[in-house]
Amino acid sequence: MNLPPLIRGALVTADKDMRIYYRKAPVAIFGLLFPLFMFISFYIGRDLDIATFFPGFFAMSLFFTASSVGPLITPWEKQARTYERLLSYPVTILTLVLGDVVAGAVFGAVISALVLAVGLVGLGITITSIPLFAATIMAGCVCFASLGVLLASPSSGSPSNIMMISSLVRFPLIFISGIFVPIAELTGARRTVSYLSPLTYLVDACNGAMGKASQLHPAYNILILTGVSIVFIAAARTIQARMVMRGL
Amino acid sequence: MAQEDKSAPVADVALRASHLTKRFGTRTAVRDVSFDVYRGEIFGFLGPNGAGKTTTVRMLTGILTPDEGTVSVDGLDLFSSLVQAKMRMGVIPEVGTIYVDLSAQQNIELTGRFYGMGKEGIRRRSEELLRELGLYERRNDLVRTYSKGMRQRVSIACAIVHEPSLLFMDEPTEGLDVQSRRLIIATVRRMNMHGCTVFLTTHNIEEANDLCDRVCIINNGAVVALDRPGALKCAFDSTQSVEAVFEPAVGANKAGDVYCIKVDERGDRLVFQTDDPDATVRSAVSFAQESGLRIVSLITCGPSLEDAFVALTEGSP
Repeated sequence: MNLPPLIRGALVTADKDMRIYYRKAPVAIFGLLFPLFMFISFYIGRDLDIATFFPGFFAMSLFFTASSVGPLITPWEKQARTYERLLSYPVTILTLVLGDVVAGAVFGAVISALVLAVGLVGLGITITSIPLFAATIMAGCVCFASLGVLLASPSSGSPSNIMMISSLVRFPLIFISGIFVPIAELTGARRTVSYLSPLTYLVDACNGAMGKASQLHPAYNILILTGVSIVFIAAARTIQARMVMRGL
Repeated sequence: MAQEDKSAPVADVALRASHLTKRFGTRTAVRDVSFDVYRGEIFGFLGPNGAGKTTTVRMLTGILTPDEGTVSVDGLDLFSSLVQAKMRMGVIPEVGTIYVDLSAQQNIELTGRFYGMGKEGIRRRSEELLRELGLYERRNDLVRTYSKGMRQRVSIACAIVHEPSLLFMDEPTEGLDVQSRRLIIATVRRMNMHGCTVFLTTHNIEEANDLCDRVCIINNGAVVALDRPGALKCAFDSTQSVEAVFEPAVGANKAGDVYCIKVDERGDRLVFQTDDPDATVRSAVSFAQESGLRIVSLITCGPSLEDAFVALTEGSP
């Protein structure tokens, strides 16, 4: 198939990322174990209706998984000295950024699908609008995969530093985004701050798609997530272009 | 010393660098570098450490954007037609390793896909390269289990899988065993014989002397010489030398009567730098007779590319 160079390069980059980086330990730790432990620590010992909190937990797992691959790729490539060769291929930095985003988004989507299957089969969760929910998952996966790639952009070849920075950014977002405290119960400055987090819109969209009360129409949430993704991708491209020499 | 031929028709130019300048903060790493690389030639790019070689190569391969100047590949402006221009290149970066978590076969396939090659084309070409480079038997092993020489051979296979018309090689034989080095040089020659233009960056002066049609020497970020190796050597006639081994061995301080500009001791050899090798040979023979020494060997050495390189880059940090 004769694809345009940008799409072809992004797909080959994504395939390369999936083959190499999905098996790295930090992806399993930050993408799978962290959201699981966060759920367990919140749920165990408390008399909670899991179905009520399921949209929030689902959004949290999507957030962690989709954003866990991106921070690893560029620092790892720089550390392993493969980044310069990658740049010499017929690709631009935007191609590489898009490829990394696709790899993160696919990982997020696959793991989220498993979590959703558990919810649908084991907990009796219902989805009121499948198209909206599918669009929500897609927008969320792209948005948080883009966040992961953006976090890796200033890297100089030290994956551990970037993973630490990405944790510093991602953890606070969990607590201000209506996962543990519903957005409707937040007031004043706390509510304003929560709207600064893109995760808030994913949680709200998931609530809407799973028959719970949502603050915004799901279409607005999806639109905002898409807009934020574009900003993250553009920022990642600009920062990577400026910092291309760091760690080479 | 001859300078680059600006009158070369564009159709004969595979790569043109025009007034390339790159600054990092207040430091100018590359200053107004211009040259043409002609189609089908092996072009050597030499310079001491920190001279600006790698920065120049990174600009020529589109990895770095110059602050000033342009690069064209087969007449295409590199930075406005980045992807199309890169499609014509194969690059072996100085530190560009391959993916150690993939096998040799997978690395080559991945590269072929980046260049838009079809499945069948990749399969045929990767098999050909794996056999040619002596990697076929271990093609499915992870690269992390390979020796340095084998990894470099995979790196070269990746760079030429799409049969580029312009091949950049940055220190391709650095630190390799003799067999790997010979295999790589033979591959470069074969590629060149089939019409591939080769841009070779190297520290190895002998390699440049043996392989290159022309060499460009860069020092402190600027081009200091660009010519055929033979022409560069002749420009430094005064650096001819005569090497003598006497038995019993004598020190340089004892050979003061031999006609020369300067004498150095290198192991058991005395190296007489001279502007008149004939006079030096005659006086060395006389010195041996008068001192009762046996001449074990007496060799006249013409000017070397290494001498020209040293003379041109003297005083570099």
